[in-house]
Amino acid sequence: MNIPADLKYTPSHEWVRVEADGTLTVGITHHAQDLLGDMVFIENPATGRVLNKGEECAVVESVKAASDVYAPVAGEVVAANAEVEASPDAVNRDAYAAWMFKLKPANPADVNDLLDAAAYQKLVESEAH
Amino acid sequence: MSDLKQTPLNATHRELNAKMVDFGGWDMPVNYGSQIEEHHAVRTGCGLFDVSHMLPLDIRGDNVRAFLRRLVANNVDKLQVSGKALYSCMLNEAGGVIDDLILYFMDASWFRLVVNAGTAEKDLAWMEKMNAAWGMGLTLTPRRDLAMIAIQGPDATRVLNEALPGVDQITAALKPFNAAAMGEMFVARTGYTGEDGFEVMVPAKSAPFFWKALMEAGGRPIGLGARDTLRLEAGMNLYGQDMDETTSPLESGLAWTVDLKSERDFVGRKALEASEVTRQMVGLVLLDRGVLRSHQKVFTRHGEGEITSGTFSPTLQQSIALARVPLGIAPGEEVEVEVRDKKLRAKVVKYPFVRNGKVLIS
Repeated sequence: MNIPADLKYTPSHEWVRVEADGTLTVGITHHAQDLLGDMVFIENPATGRVLNKGEECAVVESVKAASDVYAPVAGEVVAANAEVEASPDAVNRDAYAAWMFKLKPANPADVNDLLDAAAYQKLVESEAH
Repeated sequence: MSDLKQTPLNATHRELNAKMVDFGGWDMPVNYGSQIEEHHAVRTGCGLFDVSHMLPLDIRGDNVRAFLRRLVANNVDKLQVSGKALYSCMLNEAGGVIDDLILYFMDASWFRLVVNAGTAEKDLAWMEKMNAAWGMGLTLTPRRDLAMIAIQGPDATRVLNEALPGVDQITAALKPFNAAAMGEMFVARTGYTGEDGFEVMVPAKSAPFFWKALMEAGGRPIGLGARDTLRLEAGMNLYGQDMDETTSPLESGLAWTVDLKSERDFVGRKALEASEVTRQMVGLVLLDRGVLRSHQKVFTRHGEGEITSGTFSPTLQQSIALARVPLGIAPGEEVEVEVRDKKLRAKVVKYPFVRNGKVLIS
């Protein structure tokens, strides 16, 4: 299973990277793209949108199904990746390179509530029965 | 997991690292890696599908033709040459669709039917009930001892001929929608992809060996995911999604399979003739970005409709759908589809969208 140790995770299968300037880069995990299959459509939140923790803010759709993406913490969208919208299959090729959007967290300490790699791995294993 | 039914190729799929899913109670491969690549492989080369979850059913007895004349909505009297196939709906008294199936005329006292996996038990019970009610005295034999493999795509004939020495004598003469039996093997030039190809039944224990031979000849394993995008591009209905017991075949794009010209008194005929057709099936192509899915609402100038099947079309590289909409809506018109909180624009088109590798819509 591909779960980089330096990232944070959510139970809804988003990954989060804390950048040097404190912004959070968000995408969906390798496991999530594996469940969904070939990606064909991605819609990111608009830059400037202010999100609550857990708010539906983006959509990823594979040939098979649509899935919502949730804000990992409260914050403001400061960037959205137009390239993954143009080439959704980038998420299948490398889920951790194909980031979706960047958040400026309302409270930087909120990232401490996210899962670390070991906890996320446990969660994925438990979902696999 | 342990409760799921398995086809004779289950271990083969697992050896190939297929992603397995619960498909109506069957443990089936949804893909073997990339669904889109599998889709293209069928349009350009040759794909192999395990369709052993579907049920072949032999009906034998002197009254078999008389039975089928009453049982199904299409006219089995169109079948006069051994091996000829017919697609038909089997209706209930209300004119709803119990199942769609293929019937092969083999000889005067033998027809072979192929019915859907999810409806097989219901179908069999219905047929046995009619067999008894009409005093037909027929024997119905489910053939779970057979495996069925679909070999589909422009390269299908070469792959099958190479995998099975001697079969070329059959494939060379076999016209579309015809079948031939060769010992325990049954070869039909039918499919669910819009491409040339075959559906071959073999004894269950021979299936893994046959599958490997087909792969060695260049056939690529294809999961149920691509099977769905291929059939939708080809404009073929899926039972349970595009029609069911509550919908009329006349409002499901299946009027061409309902024979009302002959005098036959088939089940559902009276209801169909008394019904008023107010809806039709059309194709949709999404003009905005997004993906059409089943159950999304369609807004037209004559009122609301609903998408019955929707997906992203790998051949067209845009989203397509089948939708049941009010009569009077014509190809070329624009409609709106409710996708989450937005209304997206879609164009009405005549389907199929793709046949024999070629895009048919403009």
